[in-house]
Amino acid sequence: MEETDAAIIGAGPAGLAAAIEVARAGGRVVLIDENSRPGGQLFKQIHKFFGSRTHDAGVRGITIAHHLLEECDRFGVTTLLDTVAYGIFAGNGIGLAGGGRTWTLHARRIILAAGASEKALPFPGWTLPGVMGAGALQTMMNVHRVLPGRRILMIGSGNVGLIVSYQALQAGADVVAVVEAAPSIGGYGVHAAKIRRTGIPILTSHTVKRVLGDDHVEGAELVALDEGWHPIEGTERQVPADTICLSVGLTPLTELARMAGCRFTYVPALGGHVPLHNWDMQTSRDTLYVAGDIAGIEEASTALEEGRLAGMAAARSLGLLTEGDAASKKADIRKRLVSLREGPFGRLRRELKEPFMKGREITHAG
Amino acid sequence: MPAEGIGKRGYCTLEELKGTPGCPGDERLCRGAVAVIECLQEIPCNPCEEVCPHGAITVGEPITNLPVLAEDKCCGCGLCLAACPGLAIFLVDVTSGPGEAEVSFPFEFLPLPEAGDGVAAVNRNGDIVTAGTVLSVTNPQRNDRTPIVTISIPREFAMEVRGITIPHRGKGQR
Repeated sequence: MEETDAAIIGAGPAGLAAAIEVARAGGRVVLIDENSRPGGQLFKQIHKFFGSRTHDAGVRGITIAHHLLEECDRFGVTTLLDTVAYGIFAGNGIGLAGGGRTWTLHARRIILAAGASEKALPFPGWTLPGVMGAGALQTMMNVHRVLPGRRILMIGSGNVGLIVSYQALQAGADVVAVVEAAPSIGGYGVHAAKIRRTGIPILTSHTVKRVLGDDHVEGAELVALDEGWHPIEGTERQVPADTICLSVGLTPLTELARMAGCRFTYVPALGGHVPLHNWDMQTSRDTLYVAGDIAGIEEASTALEEGRLAGMAAARSLGLLTEGDAASKKADIRKRLVSLREGPFGRLRRELKEPFMKGREITHAG
Repeated sequence: MPAEGIGKRGYCTLEELKGTPGCPGDERLCRGAVAVIECLQEIPCNPCEEVCPHGAITVGEPITNLPVLAEDKCCGCGLCLAACPGLAIFLVDVTSGPGEAEVSFPFEFLPLPEAGDGVAAVNRNGDIVTAGTVLSVTNPQRNDRTPIVTISIPREFAMEVRGITIPHRGKGQR
């Protein structure tokens, strides 16, 4: 029987940070990812991160990924790539598949850091070649160095839509417009300003009515929306585009937490169904932790801090850290998380997460 | 939620910028090169504070505070331009020559312009407002691949111009 102290599912920022903290404390760690390369979305994040200068703000996501991988190496984290964790079974057995075989890994603690998937938006023509997630465009451009189109229309003005639009322009494509159904831009003003000064319009209170083109994208018909988000007849206009990108939100990848029997809460602004967890990132199953987008859609910087919290809490519960040591380290991280969730953009997430994170009662109720 | 105009337009107007804690006053502008911090929303970010060797930028706690420029401490070195992850800091010098001004901004696109190039200078809305000349393009290692372009423009556009046209932008539409 294969066994380990901690298994971490997902090698993005949250999973890497969790792996580092358990391994730093002396635990045996297996880090599992279905991709052929660790790092999650970080290798697509060629822009400089916001946050606190003492914690990697101003550093590009790709650089942060390299630092985290070096730390994993230094502390002896075992990484299984091209390996799918397809289930969690009795006794914390994790069903794994990869390299043409399946097997079960037993872990005393499991940290789920599976991340999120992109939401879609159906409209006439949305299945045509050339309509894709903004994340897909970002992967093709920044990881595989392929530009799938020359004239890109971005749907959604959250930070993902704004950043990927900027990166498409950096990659040599043109961005026809960013379309936003809400009356105001979703992402940071500084991200919006970066693309606005290149002349890219951001059309608020607009949506895409249909795709133009029979067997591939040739453009889109846009329409203005009224205050009730209803299309205003007669405002239709056509824009040329060969690629339409959707950046309309993310959904936590919670299947394994469901299968493990974790209790959930439903918070639309955090991406939907989210496993209940406390400030230790512990779920209602006390040997199972969550971190990153699976615990509510946020950003890489908060995912990193949540991963550190989960890793430290798991290490403490394994007896690898003293209570005093763990408590002071966790207090520092919580303080950073609170400060990352200040301001008009982060405050909502903080207000939504903190009520259910406060009590420890959920941890033994499941 | 976000500041009114920026949330709608995607950029701030000069009127919205003036009087914010990161914007130098007219009197300071007339004394030479100074940082103009166009960061008007409370987001968790403070690299500008850390990078300034003269303590001219303060964010403090919480880190969502807007950066405050101590305009008398700012010597116009421009280190903050490449440190700002939002590319929201500019350097403006209205004393460079009679009727002229120099504006420096981060420019992360290829091909990079070269010193001496004639360029079309754009405002925050991406509209071409005047012609300019590139004075320098710097990209030392500490900038981590954020080149800083300095252009010379007529003085009256010093607080309007925030970039130059990007060659391939808009080409796809023709």
